[in-house]
Amino acid sequence: MSTNGTTPLVEMRNISIAFGGIKAVDGVSVDLRPGEVVGLLGHNGAGKSTLIKILSGAYRPDAGEIYVNGQHADIATPRDAKRYGIETIYQTLALADNIDAAGNIFLGREVLTPYGTLDDATMEAETRKVMARLNPHFRRFKEPVKALSGGQRQSVAIARAIYFNARVLIMDEPTAALGPAETQQVADLVLQLKKEGIGIFLISHDIHDVFGLADRVSVMKNGKLVGSASVQDVTQDEVLGMIILGKCPPGATPGPGAS
Amino acid sequence: MTAPVASTAPPSSAASGSLLSKLEIDARMLGMLAALAVIWVGFDLLSGGIFLTPRNLWNLSVQTASVAIMATGMVLVIVTRNIDLSVGAILGVTGMIIGVVQVQWLPAYLGFEHWLTAPIAVLVAIAVGGLIGLFQGWLIAYLGIPSFIVTLGGLLVWRGAAWWVTTGQTIAPMDANFKALGGGVEGALGANATWIIAAAACGIIIVALGLSRRRRLSFGFPVRPGWADAVIAAFACGAVLGTAWIFNAYPLPARTARRWAEANGIAWPEGGLFISHGIALPVVIAVLVGLVMTFIATRRRFGRYVFAIGGNPEAAELSGINTRWTLMKVFGLMGLLCGISACISTARLNAATNAAGSLDELYVIASAVIGGTSLAGGIGTIAGAMLGALVMQSLQSGMVLLGVDTPLQNIVVGAVLVLAVWVDSLYRRRIK
Repeated sequence: MSTNGTTPLVEMRNISIAFGGIKAVDGVSVDLRPGEVVGLLGHNGAGKSTLIKILSGAYRPDAGEIYVNGQHADIATPRDAKRYGIETIYQTLALADNIDAAGNIFLGREVLTPYGTLDDATMEAETRKVMARLNPHFRRFKEPVKALSGGQRQSVAIARAIYFNARVLIMDEPTAALGPAETQQVADLVLQLKKEGIGIFLISHDIHDVFGLADRVSVMKNGKLVGSASVQDVTQDEVLGMIILGKCPPGATPGPGAS
Repeated sequence: MTAPVASTAPPSSAASGSLLSKLEIDARMLGMLAALAVIWVGFDLLSGGIFLTPRNLWNLSVQTASVAIMATGMVLVIVTRNIDLSVGAILGVTGMIIGVVQVQWLPAYLGFEHWLTAPIAVLVAIAVGGLIGLFQGWLIAYLGIPSFIVTLGGLLVWRGAAWWVTTGQTIAPMDANFKALGGGVEGALGANATWIIAAAACGIIIVALGLSRRRRLSFGFPVRPGWADAVIAAFACGAVLGTAWIFNAYPLPARTARRWAEANGIAWPEGGLFISHGIALPVVIAVLVGLVMTFIATRRRFGRYVFAIGGNPEAAELSGINTRWTLMKVFGLMGLLCGISACISTARLNAATNAAGSLDELYVIASAVIGGTSLAGGIGTIAGAMLGALVMQSLQSGMVLLGVDTPLQNIVVGAVLVLAVWVDSLYRRRIK
């Protein structure tokens, strides 16, 4: 599976999880290197989101191990994942709609004054800085994020993920709700973060998105890994075959889910 | 910086709301004040001018205190998308327990009318209320039983427990110092203390506005225009001083005043003495509770988490917030506030009865909802809920003044609750 010799930033080995007898993820192994974008593909219900929720600490796997920088990592809660520098942009964005941008970006990691109260001024100042980089036209700092447009909400969710010096970024369908211009913005951001050495898991069901940005793809079907491949070694049609039929082409490394 | 609630005027109504948006005043809150003004003036006209008298307003403030205190906690409960139906019953059982503590237990060790009796009784009330709340919170947060069910069960359990404490006997009278917590003549602080408190409040308002302005300027954030801050400060201080003036305009009854004069060695003049009631102790407690709860809700991490859980429970969980522990603390806080209210209502009645606080859960919930707390969660303010409690109590006392029959009172209060929520939903839809 490896494309070069460096230690993977993150390695998930033989991860399994079942919900009520249904194996949502079954013995899946994926890895990610610094500055690499790995596309995670598959149908709705293939287990992509469940797999990354295990990495982000939302679910605990029934079996399997996670290694961060080659070290065994115990990720039991979202807080643990963040401690390892793993940040997630969820498909639902996971924003508290009734709270403003700064409140959301710092949610769970608030800046406090020496008196133990919320340092809203500092948080707003930092929010203005990070939003200036992501979305220079953003002005609605005092409004609950419910009042923001889809693209603005997306920038808040992205700001929350990148503000705390993420080393691994998980993006779950980051462009599903966006228009063409905003999709391009996200693509530019992915390339920029990649340059900074951040590893990115890009979850999508749109293979055009993924082929433009990813270095490698891993395809899941029915909770199992069909295979992984560098994007140079496979065609889009072959990857479609992996997604739909579970058929692993010669250019890809087959997984347990290959038919 | 404002509370994590919708408080800014919508851009769409900028033409009509331009003055309001400059002042950054919540239009909803202004609407509630207007409704309160209509109710007060209406009752005053209907009652032939006895509603808006210092005496009636003073009584109104004392009557509101207990429900207003519990309403501040109910805001946080409802903001997290939960409900607490047991607050009246918790008040009842806590009131009975502190009645027994100060009338039957403590005198055995301390003797009657010991100065420690009242503080111990208050601490017991806070502890008992808080523990009951934490226990119910644990059932809700960690065992995952819906709060509606836990607190519905709690309503029956604690009401039954209130009866059990003395097998239904009423306990009276309370310790003399403790009685001050209920207002009345013992709990009225007098003119001087009232003016001092009012002056201090004005000072705090001005300093707080100034500090927040300086802080925002130091970060280069946009601030309100200077005149807007000045107008707000003037209005707030005017309201505080006006309230103090009204409380001080209500004199003690002649006989009580005479006793007071004799006790303090002052000669009783021919025309009698004008001795002010001043602000009542339960009202001071309610205002302090309101300030502390507002601080907790808007300035503390706990408050931010409470609102985040209400806005999006899943997002709160994914942000690494310990949502269960936060929820348990919310219910613990609610119980603690019931303990404080139990002190006030027991002291006011000068008796502990197992019926104390009956139906309070409904008034508390209604106050929070009338005060703008959204049952869908995530939205609500402490000040709004306290204002809601004042609206409810105004309706009630106004109808008593007019001699409206009790069944009709309930009909009116019920109808007003439904009407208020409907108007509020219209308002929210419009700004959305």
